[in-house]
Amino acid sequence: MSTVNSSMAEETAAPRANTLRSFNFSARFWVSLVLVAFVIAMGLFGLVYPTGPGEKVGSLYDAPGNGLLLGTDNFGHDVLAVLMAGTRTSLIIGLVAGTVATTIGVSVGLLAGYVGGWFEELLMGVTNVVLAIPSIVVLILISMSLPESTIWSLAIVIGITSWPWTARAVRAQASSVATREHIDVARLSGARLPGILLKDVLPYILSYAVMAFVLQVAGAILAEAALSMLGLGPSGANSLGTQLHWALAFQAVASGAWWAFLPPTIVLTLVSFGFLLLQASLDEVFNPRLRRGKRKQMKQAAARRAEEARSLAQHRTVDASTVSPPDRTRAGGPS
Amino acid sequence: MNLGRYIAQKTVWYLVALVAAVGLNFLLPRLVPGNPVDVIVSNLSRGGSVTSEQQKEVYESYVQEFGLDQTLWQQFFTYLGKVFTGDLGTSFAYYPASVNELVGQALPWSIAVQLPAILIGWVLGNIIGAIAAFRGGNWDRSVFTTSLFLSAMPYYCLSIILLYVLAVVTGIFPVGGAYSLGLTPEFSISFLWDALSYYWLPFLSLVVVFIGGQAVGMRSMAIYELGGDYVNYARAMGIGDNKITQYIFRNAMLPQITGLALAIGTLVGGALITELVFSYPGVGTLLFNAIAANDYPVIQAITLIITVAVLLANFGVEIVYGIVDPRIRAAKSGEK
Repeated sequence: MSTVNSSMAEETAAPRANTLRSFNFSARFWVSLVLVAFVIAMGLFGLVYPTGPGEKVGSLYDAPGNGLLLGTDNFGHDVLAVLMAGTRTSLIIGLVAGTVATTIGVSVGLLAGYVGGWFEELLMGVTNVVLAIPSIVVLILISMSLPESTIWSLAIVIGITSWPWTARAVRAQASSVATREHIDVARLSGARLPGILLKDVLPYILSYAVMAFVLQVAGAILAEAALSMLGLGPSGANSLGTQLHWALAFQAVASGAWWAFLPPTIVLTLVSFGFLLLQASLDEVFNPRLRRGKRKQMKQAAARRAEEARSLAQHRTVDASTVSPPDRTRAGGPS
Repeated sequence: MNLGRYIAQKTVWYLVALVAAVGLNFLLPRLVPGNPVDVIVSNLSRGGSVTSEQQKEVYESYVQEFGLDQTLWQQFFTYLGKVFTGDLGTSFAYYPASVNELVGQALPWSIAVQLPAILIGWVLGNIIGAIAAFRGGNWDRSVFTTSLFLSAMPYYCLSIILLYVLAVVTGIFPVGGAYSLGLTPEFSISFLWDALSYYWLPFLSLVVVFIGGQAVGMRSMAIYELGGDYVNYARAMGIGDNKITQYIFRNAMLPQITGLALAIGTLVGGALITELVFSYPGVGTLLFNAIAANDYPVIQAITLIITVAVLLANFGVEIVYGIVDPRIRAAKSGEK
């Protein structure tokens, strides 16, 4: 009845030749990847940059020039060197805090969602209490009472204040996974609790955990910047926040020294925007409902269908017995 | 679960959160090595302008106020008693000014900037987000990317850039502050007119960020609803597009109303750094100065006010939700 016509061979060959395209990474994804890569590269480049961030190379707010690409800050340090060191510090704080927060959040969520009962009530009670108290308040209070704040203590404090929303979201998904049949199979075959959680539940929520991690990293970098600008930053270290703090404290904006405050502002924006965009495009990859059909693909599909219909009509006039199923090509699907 | 039990349960949980927050607020500053009173009195004496007798007087009044000669439990109850009678203590840095007075001066400025920004930003953001979702295509793409950029940008970064471009470079607005030097805050036409020229920049920088955030939320809610079964059903029944849009809008609005309530709850603590950037005399600037001067009573008072406002807003939303939407009451208690 049906025959293999030429258009079908074309369809399987052309769009799926590239494996990456089958993930349907949008332009958004590549833009965010470039932004994040740029920020990371800048943090790393600071390691080989000749001038140290604490070296005095000029006086108060020297304008860019004389081999200094971004001039000097209020201490007479090279702004570019400080910026690169600050980016590195902020990224380290973001990664450490993001790891701490995601680990706590995913563990609490998994345990609560899988075990259930009073244990779930207890864990979620604690989570909701922590979630209800604004984290900036807890951050201010804890950093105020720490005798000395280093980038590590700051990262851990940020991590242990920002896990609750991850825990809540993971719990909801874990409790739905817990009712599936493969969990019963695992339990019957004698798997222990940690094994089940890691091997049978975690894989189902891994895509969510990855997105949560991306958001946690961005959130931690911004939290550090906010704290530093309020004057609670890491002592003796440069971060994007402390750089802005000193720029504001020494009236860089009012005196028009754009090279002192614009670079950290722009990098913070890039970090925040890049990570959020990365999260949004990952969301589109994992969750097809958010995906809008690409106009170009739709047009291609429509053209293909028209072509097919025409060739079909021609065939039919030649040989009436050749009929191909009408729904071979569907538009809008991920290709 | 019936409504009464639902409300009772929520009330208990929020009371627990409140006690935890007040406890943290009480305990953490007391964990500072040495006690805050020693720190502040030694700072006073370093200035040299205070005689040892005055110093002793100041020290004793603080020790009495904080009850530092009592046990920790007694101190906690002293603190609770004062907080609930509305007495936030005495400032360290501006002795003998009361914290109530300092916060009372700062709070109106914060509210005056934020409340209009939140309301206007909310309305505009929702309209823009809904249009983007319905029209789709290039319009949607550009609106979504711009909104995402604006809402993703740390709000104080936009403040810094606006301050530089609109005040320092082009000189359209005055640089920093809330009113011209030499004026004192009062309710007169000339003062309000003067304050208005300083008002635009902080207002603009907050409203733009808020529009972005709301538009992103509204767009994704509306797209989500567009794919709902009830929309397909309505289409299949031949119901007109306008009617369907109405259905979608109502469903997509619910989370947005929550967002508005929560934004009003975070009003006090939401724009601390914007105020700092514009040296606007609100709560943010007060907090910054208090941190720089180790002024614990002021810091504690501000963190307490922020916490209480957020908890109240959350609590209000949950109660209203419970009344409006029976599904939430019926949901498993773990999802509260």
